[in-house]
Amino acid sequence: MGEGQRPSPGLRKQCCLRERRTMALAEKILTGDIRSAARLMRDIDDGFRSAVDELKILYPHTGKAFIIGITGPPGAGKSTLVDQITAAYRRRGKTVGIVAIDPTSPFTGGAILGDRIRMNRHADDPGVFIRSLATRGHLGGLSRSTGDVVNVLDAMGMDVVIVETVGVGQDEIDIVSMAHTTTVVMVPGLGDDIQAIKAGILEIGDVFVVNKADRADADRTVRELATMLEMNPDRGKGWQPKVLKTEASRNRGIEELVDEFESHRVYLHDSGAIHHLLEEKNAKQFLEILRERLFSEVFSHIEVNGRFREIVAGMMTREKDPYSAVEEIVAERLRTGS
Amino acid sequence: MAERKLRVMVGKPGLDGHDRGAKIIARAFRDAGFEVIYTGLHQTPEQIVAAAIQEDVDCVGLSILSGAHNTLLPRICELFREKQADDIIIFGGGVIPDDDIPGLKAAGLKEVFTPGTSTEDIVKWVKDNVPPRA
Ligand code: B12
Ligand SMILES: Nc1nc2c(ncn2[C@@H]2O[C@H](COP(=O)(O)OP(=O)(O)OP(=O)(O)O)[C@@H](O)[C@H]2O)c(=O)[nH]1
Ligand SMILES: [Mg+2]
Repeated sequence: MGEGQRPSPGLRKQCCLRERRTMALAEKILTGDIRSAARLMRDIDDGFRSAVDELKILYPHTGKAFIIGITGPPGAGKSTLVDQITAAYRRRGKTVGIVAIDPTSPFTGGAILGDRIRMNRHADDPGVFIRSLATRGHLGGLSRSTGDVVNVLDAMGMDVVIVETVGVGQDEIDIVSMAHTTTVVMVPGLGDDIQAIKAGILEIGDVFVVNKADRADADRTVRELATMLEMNPDRGKGWQPKVLKTEASRNRGIEELVDEFESHRVYLHDSGAIHHLLEEKNAKQFLEILRERLFSEVFSHIEVNGRFREIVAGMMTREKDPYSAVEEIVAERLRTGS
Repeated sequence: MAERKLRVMVGKPGLDGHDRGAKIIARAFRDAGFEVIYTGLHQTPEQIVAAAIQEDVDCVGLSILSGAHNTLLPRICELFREKQADDIIIFGGGVIPDDDIPGLKAAGLKEVFTPGTSTEDIVKWVKDNVPPRA
């Protein structure tokens, strides 16, 4: 779906054939079929149109899962935390879906999806479903498919869905509009660098974790983070993010962390903040789908009829400017398109 | 562009701690443009099969140097059949005596690569023998 997808006419025919064959995926997913869920996630990730029809059927069954985002720098211990959080929720009788995202190599298009290494002890627990995704060139810390894959897990009836982003720099903050509770994971020893962390990352967290608490300076990092959060101008209004200390590799501080997730969940509902959050999330999702769909409709049209090449050729000689070309095409499509 | 991207799992079953080969293979697959899910060490057959199904991989490559291949690998093939997931192609590599290879193939492994095989040959084999999901 979207800019990445440039369906050729042949491929479109193939998609329609698929559609007929796989219409049953969604129904099977709703009866608990794991294989069908995994397949639909694949169709979503690969941008098959048939996936959209399946998602339509699943949509009324979504909106029940509690979605937790885990973000933070590479190697901070995000996957190890996800593993322990999953174990903690399982002890509390909850089912858990996990989506773990790793970067695609820009050179080869391949990816090593290594987050699962830390969590695979849960693989054969029927109350856990783990899916690894590659960014496939998408910026923002998630793959383009993440939202829809989360929806599949939600429709499968997972009580909690945990999303691990790629190791963030500073601008990869798409997770905020996907999760109910966004968790920012830091490690000690960032030292003075913590000052350099863009304000952005401080603003997105509902919960802050200093992992690797076994390392020297953990308490200092906690204090520094807490001080920086206190300087936030929004301080005093609504939810007050806390800074928690964990040692994921030895399962320390995990119950407290899960209690904090639950406190935030209760806050969202009791304060009514959930309403605003969902409104923003829904608007964003709709606009994204609209943008992708419009683009791919228009693009596949002008690619097939040769206009695309014409325009690019026209730009070479400066006979055509791209601004008028877009205006013409948009005006035409609005007139003729249904 | 909306074509299938090949998804491959590299698994290390059993108590075998030799992971150099598995990591080299995983990297070669990434460099070939595949999405590679590496399970890490010490996986039970059940964990490997469940992970492969959840990840919807096209094939699973098992790396085993411990000598336990004659019990672990057929068990994994059997579990895939039990889960009706035997459309996932299974192959493997590691320190495996030539005499054991026919038995492993009969059990369900499509190919077995022993030490010294070049990663180019392995990547080529995957490209030739693993069609991405329809
Ligand atoms: C390095 C090594 C170690 C290192 C491992 C380091 C590591 N992290 O991997 C250390 C020192 C830790 C080690 C320990 C042991 N080792 Co050791 N080790 C070796 C050695 C010398 C080389 C293995 C290697 O890394 N090769 C390089 C890689 C790239 O090659 P490869 O794994 O074979 O992979 C190639 C192919 O096999 C194939 N392949 C492999 N996996 C896969 C997967 C897929 C999907 C595909 C397509 C292909 C494929 O493709 C690769 C490229 O050609 C071998 C001897 C040998 N020559 O193989 C012994 C050997 C494997 N070890 C052996 C033994 C016995 C042990 C110990 C039990 C020794 C002990 N008594 O303590 C321990 C056990 C450790 C454990 N926990 O399992 C025996 C195994 C005997 C057997 N199978 O019957 C061997 C064969 C030595 C011997 N001749 O006795 N070992
Ligand atoms: N000392 C210490 N090491 C930890 C702790 N938690 C995780 N680690 C180790 O840190 C390393 C990275 O952990 P991961 O969980 O893979 O980190 P990640 O943030 O998911 O990494 P990426 O996904 O690659 O960004 C591993 O070697 C873990 O064992 C901890 O609390 N203390
Ligand atoms: Mg990780």
